[in-house]
Amino acid sequence: MTPQSNLMIVAPLVASREGELRQLLATMNLEPGVANPENSLVRFGRLGTLHFARFVILEDGTRDDLKACGLPPADSTKSLALLCDFDGDDEVFYRELITNAEPGLRVLFSCCEPAPGPDLLAWLKDHNKRAQAAYVNWIGRTVLQVREESKLYAALQPRINVAGAAKPSQVWSDLRSYMRAEVAAGRLSLTPEASTPVGWSVKNFLHLVGIPLLGLLFLPLILLYLPIFLIQLRMHEKADPVIAPRPTSEHARALAELEDRIVTNQFSAYGNIKPGPFRRWTIAAVFLAIDYTARHIFKRGFLARVMTIQFARWVFLDNHTRAFFASNYDGSLESYMGDFINKVAWGLNVVFSNGLGYPRTDWLIVGGAKDELTFKDYLRRHQLPTQVWYNATPGITASDMERNAKVREGLEKSEMSDHELRQWIRLFG
Amino acid sequence: MGAVTNADYSDMQGLLRFGYGKLTAACFLLLRIDDAAAAARWLAQAPVTSAEIQTPPPEQALQLAFTAPGLRKLGVGDAILNGFSIEFLAGMVGDANRSRRLGDEGANSPERWVWGTDALLPDMVAMIYATPERFSGWRDDLQAEMVGSGFVLLECLPTSDMDGVEPFGFVDGVSSPTIDWERQRDPSGDKLTYENVAMLGEFVLGYPNEYGRYTTRPVVADAAADLPDAEDASGMKDVGRNGTYVVMRQLDQDVRGLWRYLNDQAGGDVAQSEKLAEQLVGRKMTGDPLPPLLAEEINGVGPDPIDIRQNRFTFDADPHGLVCPLGAHVRRANPRNADLPVGTSSGLIDRLVHILALNRFEDEDAPRDIVASTRFHRLVRRGREYGPEITAEQRLEPTPPDEGATGLNFICLNANIGRQFEFIQSAWVASSKFDGLDGESDPLLGNREPVAGCPANGFTLPSPDGVRRQIKDVPRFITVRGGAYFFMPGLRALRYLAHAARA
Repeated sequence: MTPQSNLMIVAPLVASREGELRQLLATMNLEPGVANPENSLVRFGRLGTLHFARFVILEDGTRDDLKACGLPPADSTKSLALLCDFDGDDEVFYRELITNAEPGLRVLFSCCEPAPGPDLLAWLKDHNKRAQAAYVNWIGRTVLQVREESKLYAALQPRINVAGAAKPSQVWSDLRSYMRAEVAAGRLSLTPEASTPVGWSVKNFLHLVGIPLLGLLFLPLILLYLPIFLIQLRMHEKADPVIAPRPTSEHARALAELEDRIVTNQFSAYGNIKPGPFRRWTIAAVFLAIDYTARHIFKRGFLARVMTIQFARWVFLDNHTRAFFASNYDGSLESYMGDFINKVAWGLNVVFSNGLGYPRTDWLIVGGAKDELTFKDYLRRHQLPTQVWYNATPGITASDMERNAKVREGLEKSEMSDHELRQWIRLFG
Repeated sequence: MGAVTNADYSDMQGLLRFGYGKLTAACFLLLRIDDAAAAARWLAQAPVTSAEIQTPPPEQALQLAFTAPGLRKLGVGDAILNGFSIEFLAGMVGDANRSRRLGDEGANSPERWVWGTDALLPDMVAMIYATPERFSGWRDDLQAEMVGSGFVLLECLPTSDMDGVEPFGFVDGVSSPTIDWERQRDPSGDKLTYENVAMLGEFVLGYPNEYGRYTTRPVVADAAADLPDAEDASGMKDVGRNGTYVVMRQLDQDVRGLWRYLNDQAGGDVAQSEKLAEQLVGRKMTGDPLPPLLAEEINGVGPDPIDIRQNRFTFDADPHGLVCPLGAHVRRANPRNADLPVGTSSGLIDRLVHILALNRFEDEDAPRDIVASTRFHRLVRRGREYGPEITAEQRLEPTPPDEGATGLNFICLNANIGRQFEFIQSAWVASSKFDGLDGESDPLLGNREPVAGCPANGFTLPSPDGVRRQIKDVPRFITVRGGAYFFMPGLRALRYLAHAARA
């Protein structure tokens, strides 16, 4: 199994170069919101392990919100960020990225201060911001696998119709022979799963047991602190300002222009964490918990009840004063936000209620996102236009990927029970 | 908070409460305002029908609604306009993203519309209903009055009385949410079963919605204004209260095209082609559901025995679409699900397990949990058919020369266009990935345009034996010809808004 990794290169933008940079970024697109895989700056399409990538200009449109806390507006420096979600380990990916796109990356990041020096690799690593928490819809599912299985499914589809009223067992064995013949003829390819890197397995296991052990170790302290935490929390919740005016129509239009080109969408959001140590530590603890559950529990197709998120991550920026959230999800923003509110409001609240201006929560999980329109305005207002967005497998949703994988799994079995056969045949509709 | 009061029928336009089914003649006048002052004078005393029950029932009715440019033309300022929803202000067309989401692409794209774009976007729609005897007089009088009062008639959308059957031949208007007029419903907490009762605020502005919140709408601090009080902001007057948003879309229906296609698929077998039609629609032609009726009641269905016969069902027992295909029109338009996945019991632990989706770890084949909870996405439909009625006998005959278009003036009412109409249209009806499906959109309404290069013109017919059948290359049966978003104000708000032009 090949685990997934990510990177986020962030560098401050030279103000005078912003216009030029925006023009450069625009040349990378086929149309707004859809990157050209073969664009001349970064040929995303050549990076065979890359699932998603984006260039986004980090610009805090909510910096004046700090005035509500009696603080001066936040720093107005903009930054350029490059995010990638990919298979395998980051060393290999960095090298591949540089091999394929060094000149383009230099052109783009030359608009930043400091610009990359002679050693681009060192500069990139230097500017990488580690994700505090990262979610992958299916840990171990590679780009290659998604593409191959999607092709397999497309090849089988028309043959199911021909099969008509045949028995499931007959269909299964016919399709199996067909698949084998196609693979043998080189028309289909189904690369076997790679072995799991030992280093990753060890680290993952240590994480799996280490975090609960640490928790156990500090349990007495946590229990002692808990009542104090709850009192503090209530005091903050009652006093924290809610700042969620409706986003301007220009902002809403700039976001909408990039959306719904294909079935999957990107989401980038950026905002201030509520000032003071309480919220900063709370959100750090929440990130730890999310990261743990994403790594060890929700790693096979769903994040609690939400099945439409392909990749997501949460990153601290600007000396832990701001947080950045990025995701790649299936469906429209309205349905994404609807899922947030109706399926996982508690989960959204736990994280985002530490963000400045979030609709009021009670006990960290109640309320908040359930204030539907305030929540939607809050989210939309903190959302950033993603100038360049690349999706290696457009038109294929997480649900399609899971189905395709199960179809293949069934065909690679040597035998199936009647029950399994019925379940399997239903994958086709 | 202001005082919470009963629904005020005398301040609402009647369409919110009635379909005016007895007033079988109707037309929709699309009007432009050329002289705001004159138009306002007429609006201030227009004979708009309220939602009060009249005895004897009315023989004629008039309803008025405005587009955002129309309100602006009347002189309504930004302070009030900006209180309306973004979708209303932006309009149905003009934003490519919205057109993409609504499926208004290809043959449906707005540049082909006969009304609703640019100069053909009306400022106001006058919905005129009457008994057949009274209709032409009522319409002629109103039209003459309006044209003499600064309005210009852009288009008259006629309607036809097809006696409760829509043009394709299906009994229509069988399912509608029951509005909680009495304000008894408690929307809080997760609902474990499908309910057909909806909060008043889902359809009428100024009242709490399914989140227990008041949908954004304009309120003013003008204490002297003759407007209802805003319940959620004391001292404020509510411009939106007792009003609603009206979504209108003119949909041409290719009745002969549908039945020819079905006939081909069924190899000329009439019964088979009707059966296939019923699977596309998800109901029998009589309006009866495909799944069996439930033994237990559904809140908001009945007591009318016809309603019970047509609506006491869900798709809970049919997760694979064996009885009613997953992609059938009625299943997309109203999935009849609850807030939590099927099978969640009311016990705290079980609820927690399902909220965290922990059940999926034990049961890999647990039903998909993709479709959003229905209660946040309901519409009150008030559409009317138009064009010649094509009988069952005529369906397969050659199209006579000069046959006019047949179709539906789709009209729905909702308080939040984004969460209700647009969501249903984009995430359910037009989506090529509804409920885990792939490669198909609504069998009736789909525009058949490929999505991200993938075809979306199939239709899957699951079979209990296992191997499903998929029909391919389903042609387009419906073409959008026009459309717009309107605000239908309460009666006091109508006069208040009209006053803006005279002030």
